[in-house]
Amino acid sequence: MTKNLRVKSSKFIDETYRISFEFNGIKYYGFKGDTLASALLANDIHLVGRSFKYHRPRGIMTAGSEEPNAIIQLHNNSSRTEPNVRATEVEIYEGLEASSQNCWPSVNFDISGINNFLSPIFPAGFYYKTFMWPASFWKKYEYFIRKAAGLGKSPTKPDPDIYEHKFVHCDVLVIGAGISGIMAAKTAAKNGLKTLLIDEKPYLGGSTIYQNSQHFKINNQISSSWLEKEINEIKKLKNLEIKTRTSVAAFHGYNFLLARESISDHLPIEQRKNKTRHKLLKIRAKKVITATGSIERPLVFNNNDRPGILLSSAIKKYADLFGVACGNKNILLTNNDSAYETAISLIQKGIKVEAIIDNREKIHSKLLYNVEKNNIKIFKGFTIVDTSGYKRINKISIMQLSKDGQKVIGSKINLSCDCLGISGGWTPAVHLFTQSGGKLTFREEDQVFIPNIYPSTQLSIGACNGDLTLDEIFTNVPKSLKEFLNIKNTDYENIEILSSTNKSKRNIWLLPSDKILGKTKPFVDYQNDATAKDIKLALREGFRSIEHVKRYTTTGMGTDQGKLGNMHALGIISETTGVKMNELGTTTFRPPYTPLTFGTIVGRNIGEYFDIFRKTPIHDWHVNNKAEFENVGQWKRAWYYPKKNENMHQAVQRESKAARESAGILDASTLGKIDIQGTDASEFLNRIYTNAWSKLAIGKCRYGLMLNEDGMVYDDGVTTRLGENHYIMTTTTGGAANVMGKLEDYLQTEWPELDVYLTSVTDHFATVSVCGPNSKKILSQVIPDLDLSDENFPHMSFKNAKISKINCRVMRISFTGEHSYEINIQANYGKSIWEKCMEAGKEFNITPYGTETMHLLRAEKGFIIVGQDTDATMTPIDLQMNWIVSKKKYDFIGKRSLYRSDTIREDRKQLVGLLTDNPNEVLEEGAQIVADINKSPIEMLGHVTSSYYSPNLKKSIALGVVRGGKNMMGQKLIIPMEKKNINVTVSDPVFLDKENKRLNA
Amino acid sequence: MFIINCPFCGEREQSEFKAGGEAHIVRPKQPTELSDDQWADYLFMRKNIKGIQFERWVHAHGCRKWFNIVRDTSNDEIKAVYKMGEKPPTE
Repeated sequence: MTKNLRVKSSKFIDETYRISFEFNGIKYYGFKGDTLASALLANDIHLVGRSFKYHRPRGIMTAGSEEPNAIIQLHNNSSRTEPNVRATEVEIYEGLEASSQNCWPSVNFDISGINNFLSPIFPAGFYYKTFMWPASFWKKYEYFIRKAAGLGKSPTKPDPDIYEHKFVHCDVLVIGAGISGIMAAKTAAKNGLKTLLIDEKPYLGGSTIYQNSQHFKINNQISSSWLEKEINEIKKLKNLEIKTRTSVAAFHGYNFLLARESISDHLPIEQRKNKTRHKLLKIRAKKVITATGSIERPLVFNNNDRPGILLSSAIKKYADLFGVACGNKNILLTNNDSAYETAISLIQKGIKVEAIIDNREKIHSKLLYNVEKNNIKIFKGFTIVDTSGYKRINKISIMQLSKDGQKVIGSKINLSCDCLGISGGWTPAVHLFTQSGGKLTFREEDQVFIPNIYPSTQLSIGACNGDLTLDEIFTNVPKSLKEFLNIKNTDYENIEILSSTNKSKRNIWLLPSDKILGKTKPFVDYQNDATAKDIKLALREGFRSIEHVKRYTTTGMGTDQGKLGNMHALGIISETTGVKMNELGTTTFRPPYTPLTFGTIVGRNIGEYFDIFRKTPIHDWHVNNKAEFENVGQWKRAWYYPKKNENMHQAVQRESKAARESAGILDASTLGKIDIQGTDASEFLNRIYTNAWSKLAIGKCRYGLMLNEDGMVYDDGVTTRLGENHYIMTTTTGGAANVMGKLEDYLQTEWPELDVYLTSVTDHFATVSVCGPNSKKILSQVIPDLDLSDENFPHMSFKNAKISKINCRVMRISFTGEHSYEINIQANYGKSIWEKCMEAGKEFNITPYGTETMHLLRAEKGFIIVGQDTDATMTPIDLQMNWIVSKKKYDFIGKRSLYRSDTIREDRKQLVGLLTDNPNEVLEEGAQIVADINKSPIEMLGHVTSSYYSPNLKKSIALGVVRGGKNMMGQKLIIPMEKKNINVTVSDPVFLDKENKRLNA
Repeated sequence: MFIINCPFCGEREQSEFKAGGEAHIVRPKQPTELSDDQWADYLFMRKNIKGIQFERWVHAHGCRKWFNIVRDTSNDEIKAVYKMGEKPPTE
């Protein structure tokens, strides 16, 4: 039976509203306002998980987002399951199901707990050292390591929730709604600035809102009451927007921040329907005020990780805010005044404090005197040397610290307890500040890193700026707000403060034990099971940089990113190596501050919206005619049109034959189209294409090849001269945007004197390509007024025409090698023209073909596809396309590079045709090409770039790039495959109709 | 993510722009007169400075205009923005 540890009621908990939830299959009750952690503690459950490496039992350690241990799996086996969730942040709701992670068969009996006793063989770098040899065994090790790795289980079903992204703009963003954040938000909003205040918690007021002690007063009011009034006031301010349950994940340059607003996580599942779960806010703030507070430090001593050991501040919060006692026999271990605040809270709530162990010897503290008055034994100058209790702490052993704090002296005293609070002072939460590029400085007096150099218009205030006490906050915050916001007055001048905290602290990074270090387990990183021993081992092995030590020991690399232990790791390194903390620096804090689910990151960009796609005006026809589609750039292009039970190969063979034997039709609307006008248009084309353009007659078309300045083929396409100063250029489908960008670049930056204007018109025209021996007959029916005779309309020419009063441009150009026309028409008529062609072509069995057939047909002709037969290493000479490179032109883009020492090498990879000895054997694209199979190491000469079975030639054809291929015509080469070697002969890349008879037929 | 002050459109998010590398590298007027080394210098050699760097940017999803910026690469602060053809600021 579990006990009820609920103590005096708290106004944050609604005890009239009972909520049931399940943990590890057992039903428990909590109240509205509880987190999963507070509800579990109220049921006297501390043990919630097992540690990562040693599978040691671990309990709830904190009460916030810094939690390293109490990470659980929500709704296991459902599509909403989520791993590695911090129990300290989950608000309970009716029907919540949580389970422990990283344990089997159960958290109470975990077989891998044996690792704990084997820990001497698992030091830092264990995996690196052990699984290195023999190298070939890695495959076997990997299976087991992967099985043991990871904490929670990732969901296997699609996420049913809705996520959104939202842009937010404001004058002032205040991060953190603790006392400093509230003061900042009020000051900014009251001065007319559009202000956004956000906090990760469901309530406002930070830790002051439950500071109900007589020892902390503002203007003679208990600090929590004073703050409550402030909060009520700011809620009325018009300029202020407040977002709770919103966690800033990232603080980028130029005050660009990402925050996750959790909208429905705290609701019962059935109430979440049709609600957005998370909103990712993309915030652009003119000014940012960071008031993220501070995180209490643990202390590093032997066996400091048992369930029942919590941060002292967490015990206070559970008592004051949730009305929960973490134990019945509490002991506190501290090196500063904070633990006394906890003790006072516990006394107020009637929770028993057995003793306080204080590292400090001489303490003059008002808080301490008040605790002593209650007959609580205080051990001054003592430390804990060991603890016991496997699944819950039950005993501690304490000894006196030596003068220098490096040893323990005297005799051991044992004290029994069921809960231990530890306080090692405070660490300002500078994570966001450093993410933004801010530089820290180390403050020796209390051993903290605080903001020093700001990279953008931002300010850190309050505890995250090192102002850890109430009087420091009221001295410094109003002053810096006035300066930062450029205002004369705040509401916080001349405020009377009673703050009883004494700032003295005795900082010892690694507390000594009576045992030698090797026999102890002082944990630094709880989640990753890194101990002080591991850090010292790493240093002994020569690691010096904090970044290296971190990776070697995995300190700070868990899902909590070492929010608790990183400072101790630094401290121990600093002490051991003698390098000052300021010089050592911290490891880099990276976004996100707390983990984000993938759903939040992708928002609505899922499924068909993952990457937007473009459709041609004829798309619906392809869909209705059962086309399979292929992605080309952002376009969906018809790939092939299977009939009945045809597979891709069968469909492509049929389409290819039809196009050559009678007529084929292709949707070519995706090709990039750029309208080029201006008096220098011809000169411009001369400079960007490798061939000459000045003499191209109006009404003629020409194929052009475009290079990069390094001489490598960049794009190709046909450009048509529409008028004296007017051209239309076509580019490859995928290259259109880049070509446009490149042309604009040259025009604006290198040749601003040229009178040329570019307009992208890709989307304005639909392009229907009709090819094959019967294409002329079909076109004569579609455009009866157009004279299609070879004399009037030869290959590579263009005509303006009208189809039922609609203007269109017809080009006689061909990518298939067949007699072929391209009709370009205003996009919205595209589908009707396509249907007209289909109707007219019926008697000729006109066959729609897709990109696959197009690729096959052009390969038969040896036409290249830029990007398939080329990569960024092929010159036109490598492609055996010398004919297109003008010798006469003085200059064009890439010309000079064509005779660099590297580009004139004879043994460059060059494009060749490949014919298999067995005409039915089709090569695999990408397959390697070699000459000598017995040579070791085997020499790779190149690879296959395009390969098809040609139904028209009734044999397999392929294009490939081969080193020195140009001079290997007729030579035998080998394509070694997994199960066989395929013999091929190097051939001319043009396989069909070398004389271009079909084009002009 | 920067905010870039496009000289034609005003302040816009970085996502509307594309970077175009180091500025003020002029394409040689007579490439054929250059040695391989000189040409390679133009083609490949870029400074990649830590500190003040002159860069080309284009408002790709806006006015499509190219312009120059002066950026401190150590903290991404944009010191100046100026049009193509204008002289770079000296201070």
